[in-house]
Amino acid sequence: MSSHAPLTIANGRLLLPGGTIETGALRCEGGFITAVGPDVAAQPGDTVHDAAGKLVTPGLVDIGVFEIDKPAFHFGGITRAAVMPDQNPPLDVPARVRFAAQSGKPDFWVHPLAAATKDLGGESLAEIALMREAGALAVATGRQWIGDSGTMLRLLQYAGMLGMVVIAHAEDAGITGNAVATAGEMATRLGLPSAPSEAEALAIARDIALAELAGAAIHFRKVTTAAGLDLVRGAKQRGVKVTAGVSPAYFMLSDLAMAEFRTFAHLSPPLRSEADRQAVIAAVGDGTIDVITSSHDPRGPEDKRLPFTDSAPGMAGAETLLPLTLNLVRDGVIDMGRAFDLLAANPAKLLGVDAGRLAVGAEADIAVVDPDRPWIVDSDKMAASAGNTPFDKQPVQGRVLALFKGGVTVRTKKTKPA
Amino acid sequence: MTSPEYIYPEGGAAFPHRSLVGIAGLAPHEIWFLLDEAEQWVELNRNAQKRREVLSGLTIINAFFENSTRTLLSFEIAGKRLGADVVNMAVATSSVKKGETLIDTAMTLNAMRADAIVIRHASSGAVQLIADKVDCPVLNAGDGQHEHPTQALLDALTIRHAKRVFNGLRVTICGDILHSRVARSNILCLSSLGAEVRVCAPPALMPTDIERMNVQVFHDFDAALKGADVVMMLRLQMERMQGQFIPSPREYRHLYGLSLERLEKAEPDALVMHPGPMNRGVEIESDVADLVGRSQITTQVEMGVALRMACLDVLTRRARKLEGWS
Repeated sequence: MSSHAPLTIANGRLLLPGGTIETGALRCEGGFITAVGPDVAAQPGDTVHDAAGKLVTPGLVDIGVFEIDKPAFHFGGITRAAVMPDQNPPLDVPARVRFAAQSGKPDFWVHPLAAATKDLGGESLAEIALMREAGALAVATGRQWIGDSGTMLRLLQYAGMLGMVVIAHAEDAGITGNAVATAGEMATRLGLPSAPSEAEALAIARDIALAELAGAAIHFRKVTTAAGLDLVRGAKQRGVKVTAGVSPAYFMLSDLAMAEFRTFAHLSPPLRSEADRQAVIAAVGDGTIDVITSSHDPRGPEDKRLPFTDSAPGMAGAETLLPLTLNLVRDGVIDMGRAFDLLAANPAKLLGVDAGRLAVGAEADIAVVDPDRPWIVDSDKMAASAGNTPFDKQPVQGRVLALFKGGVTVRTKKTKPA
Repeated sequence: MTSPEYIYPEGGAAFPHRSLVGIAGLAPHEIWFLLDEAEQWVELNRNAQKRREVLSGLTIINAFFENSTRTLLSFEIAGKRLGADVVNMAVATSSVKKGETLIDTAMTLNAMRADAIVIRHASSGAVQLIADKVDCPVLNAGDGQHEHPTQALLDALTIRHAKRVFNGLRVTICGDILHSRVARSNILCLSSLGAEVRVCAPPALMPTDIERMNVQVFHDFDAALKGADVVMMLRLQMERMQGQFIPSPREYRHLYGLSLERLEKAEPDALVMHPGPMNRGVEIESDVADLVGRSQITTQVEMGVALRMACLDVLTRRARKLEGWS
């Protein structure tokens, strides 16, 4: 039980499961939501937060981040993150998983993803069941695809037996090789090693077949191409336990962002064509994509102030996850309810945690959001441990005004009177 | 005979760029200006006395992060013939992990107050990265698979000497286009000057969407040669290949080697060019490489020195406060 006083968030517009928005209050006690609705009122002794008519939403649940970067997550309204096993050393033994699972508390929850294979080598299975005991909720292949189909099949069978979803990276390594860009005019003009975008569809096709064979659940961390999304869409229709994620870069940017060798646009998988970008937007709209992740991967100048091919892939995405996703709401691709399904409810469901929704009994991870508030992304002033964002100097809308983890205040931002 | 797009303004407006990082971004008249500037040095280099103290007192650093013999030598001779103090910084690729200290190295060179830095690096974009960090002009002597602008300019100078006009000229570039910065710079340069550029390679060595760079794509060498006025051969860049791109050099020669017999498919006066180093008996037969009157391979080397002298001269004019260039 929490020793903190109960919390009431009053005078908010509550984003409820199903997507309805209702004016009212929300009360939390002992770390859980105990009452939600128009009639809820603060009780004596409660800590009261006045939401001042702003949107009250679940805290974001971020699947597949590379660093625990609390200031950035808190800025972005993220209260839980599933951290990739690609740490140094990798999360491939129970002790490291146990340590990682504790590393964010009390104001942030880290859900470590167990490495699928020892040393993330893609060859021999890691001790997945023991890592589950230590707190791993899912298994991940890491930054790489598992090339050996037999290993991948056994992994899916084993994780399926344990009831753990396998989070896969979808790029056929035989085709990608040392590529840092998607094959196309941009990569050709820049002279960058590139691979055809079909590398993704090939990996997805195989992994769907193997998941189907094993009867196991698979989640593709980022699906970024029209062909890959078509495969996911088809498999879902057949009833395969497949889900797909993406990060905002792939619906906001195309490979043109790599112009002038901008290493902040060096991502993994690499940025795709404009047609693929449009396909990602359509897939978010039609429900093919289940999860939007920040894929937060802060990288300092030692990794990014290099020639493009020598630079490390990845972007610091935690702070821009919400505002960039809200672009899709403003553009009418999705509504607010669906946005928070993608950002909170679906990832929570995938991990099997009772969070990501404003409902009685769920964990009290709550954000107060002004979805219209404008601000400018500035890589020099980010909360993240590094400012490697391809959205530097871009105006965005949507800001987290207050954040609560387990019914306890994490941060509040002074709101200017209207 | 000069096309209107080749006419350049007086003084510094003729070449407003601080550095020469690529052909991309150069207007046709800027290319033409550099070619015109090179002519005086072609003349000079044919005299016994080859030195003119244009750059005396200036320091030029040749920073080659990737092995080179001919380009390094060409730049060194170019700088010395203009009277500059030329320093070569050869970085063994094995001792420096590429990129790791690149910015630091650039800042060091900058602090030594070089007046121009010539850079070759194995990574595409590396030269631009340095150019953005230093105070002096930077010349790209080849960056990864991106650009090799002085090679394209010297090739254009060679072609201009032999053919005089570019409009409608058919140029066939055959070889490892995928890994070739020479091909990219030449495509940009030649099509900018009005030539019709064809590229020929097996699919594995052809970059995706290369046709968007205003070229015709061929896989059949005989078809690519038909009616060509210039045939530019490239070597296979084995050192850049990860995995197998062609079955064997013998098979490659069978399909893409330039023999006398094949050369007959081109125009009777077609020029044969190669940026070097050549692999005789693979992409080019010895009798073609040495074909008097047709092979321009040694002329290319000669033009290279003159063209690089022109680039060093033009790019340092602002620092030297030449009239019209301040």
